[in-house]
Amino acid sequence: MKIRTWGYSIKQGMINIKRNKLFSLASIATIAICIFLIGLFYSVFVNINHMVEEAEQQISVTVFFKPGITDEEIANLKDQISKRAEVKEVTYTSAEEAWEEFKAVYFGDHMDLAEGFKDDNPLANSASFEITLNDISMQDVLVNYLNSLKDQGIRQVNASENTASTIDTFGKLVAYVSVALIVVLLAVAVFLISNTIAMGITVRREEIGIMKLMGASDLFVRAPFMVEGLIIGLIGAVIPMIVLLVLYNRVVLYIITHFQQVSSFTIFLPVKDVFNILGPLALVIGAGIGLIGSMITIRKHLNV
Amino acid sequence: MIDLENVSKTYSAGAPAVNDINLHIDAGEFVFIVGNSGAGKSTLIKLMLKELEPTAGRIVINGKDLKTIKHRKIHLLRRDIGVVFQDFRLLKDRNVYDNVAFAQRVVEVPNRIIRRKVPAVLSMVGLAEKYKSFPKELSGGEQQRVALARALVNNPPILLADEPTGNLDPKNSWEIMNLLEEINNRGTTVIVVTHNKEIVDAMQKRVVTIQKGMVISDEKAGGYLYED
Repeated sequence: MKIRTWGYSIKQGMINIKRNKLFSLASIATIAICIFLIGLFYSVFVNINHMVEEAEQQISVTVFFKPGITDEEIANLKDQISKRAEVKEVTYTSAEEAWEEFKAVYFGDHMDLAEGFKDDNPLANSASFEITLNDISMQDVLVNYLNSLKDQGIRQVNASENTASTIDTFGKLVAYVSVALIVVLLAVAVFLISNTIAMGITVRREEIGIMKLMGASDLFVRAPFMVEGLIIGLIGAVIPMIVLLVLYNRVVLYIITHFQQVSSFTIFLPVKDVFNILGPLALVIGAGIGLIGSMITIRKHLNV
Repeated sequence: MIDLENVSKTYSAGAPAVNDINLHIDAGEFVFIVGNSGAGKSTLIKLMLKELEPTAGRIVINGKDLKTIKHRKIHLLRRDIGVVFQDFRLLKDRNVYDNVAFAQRVVEVPNRIIRRKVPAVLSMVGLAEKYKSFPKELSGGEQQRVALARALVNNPPILLADEPTGNLDPKNSWEIMNLLEEINNRGTTVIVVTHNKEIVDAMQKRVVTIQKGMVISDEKAGGYLYED
C-alpha cells in the first residue's frame, strides 16, 4: 500500500471513531483503566523490588567469637564462610575497631569521657564478622550453617529478623494479583475494541461491498479499521500515563511525609527511572490491544 | 477477453443455477445476456466477479484464470471489470464527485489524477454541472449515470451492467443505452444483462439467451427471443 493511501486510511479511521463515539469512548476508557492498573502495579512492583534490593544491601548477619579464639582460627572461619554461595562478603571487625566505632558513635565530641576505659576495652570480646548476602531469602540457611560452626569458635550469630523475606513475599503477592487482574482487563479491552470495530464495519457494510467490487485491495479495505483500533489503543495508553506521571511524585511525597517509619527504610525510585520503561511499555500494550482487537473483528466480519 | 468453458454452478439444494455454459466474448464486443428472472443471469455475473466459485468448468477473464488466481490478487481481477447495478449502489453520504472519486481512491490513484479524471468522466456522462449534488437530489437516470461514471473512471477493459435500465423510464433507459454504446465504440467490452425487450430488439447486437441455467441461443445480431 502506498504512503498517501495511509493518509486516507488514517482519515477514515478517525471518521470511524467519531461516528461511533460512545463505543470508542468505552473502549478507550477500558484500555485506559487497564493500562493505568498495569502502570500502578508496575510502579509499586519496581519500587518494592528496589526496596528489596536496598534491604539486601543493608541486611547482614553478624557473627561473634568465643573468647580466646586465635587469629588463625578466625582467618580459617572467614575462608570457610566466604566459600558459601549465598555469601557476598565477609568483613572482619576486630575488638579494637569495634570499640573505636562505638566511641565515635556514642561519645562523639566528648572523647575524654571514654578515656576511663583506656586500657580495658569493654568490647574485648566483640570482634565480629559482618556477612552480607547475595540473596536474603537464604538468610535462614546461612544462620543454620553458622550455628553448626559453634564448636569452631563461634559464640553467637545475630541475624536481622525476617523483614527482608516479608518484603519479598509481599512483592510476589502483589505481582500475582496484578498479573491476574491485568490479564482479565486486557481480555475485556480486546473484547470491547473488537465490538467497537464491528459496529464500524456494520455501518460501512455497503461502502465496503462497493470498495471490493471496485477492486480495492484487502489491505486497503482493512486499513481504516486497523487504524481505528490503533488510535483507540494509543489514546487509551497516553491518558493513564499522563495521570500516573502527575500522581507518582505526589504519592511518593505523601508517603514520605505521612509515614515516617516507612520513609526511614524505603527509598523510592525517581519518576524518570519508572517511566523510561513504563512509558514505551504502555504504548506498545495499547497499540497491541488495539490491533489485536481490530484484527479479530476484521477476520470475523470482513471476508476480504 | 472472456471465456467460460463448461461452467456449472449448483447451490446446495436443487437444480443447477448455471448448467454447462460455454461462452466466448471477444475484446470490444457488445453483448446482451437475456433471460427470465431465475434463468441464472445473476449467478453468471457473480461467477465472473469471483463472488461465487463454479462447481465445475473454467472461467478466464482478461487472461486471468479464476480458478488459479490467488486470493490476494482477486482485487486485480475486479479492476478489469467495471460494474453497474440496477439499484445504482451509490454512497448516499457523498456527492456525485466523491462517489466517482471514491472508485479511484480505492485503487490508490494519486489525487492530481483524480482531480483531472473525475470531471472528464462526469462530463462524458453529461453530469459535469451536478458534481456537487447528493444522490437523493438526482433522478434515477442521473443516478445511473453517476454509477456508470464510477464504473468507467478507472478505464476497465470490461463493463458489466446488471439490469442497468431496470429502475428507469424509457427515455432515461435509452440515454443509458446510448452511453453504453458510446463507451463500447471507444473500445470497452460491454456486457449488458437485461430483460428489456424493446431495447434488445432495437439495438441489434449480439444476444445470448439463457434459460434454466443453459445458453439456448447466441445470435450475432438479433432480438429478444422469449417473452417474460
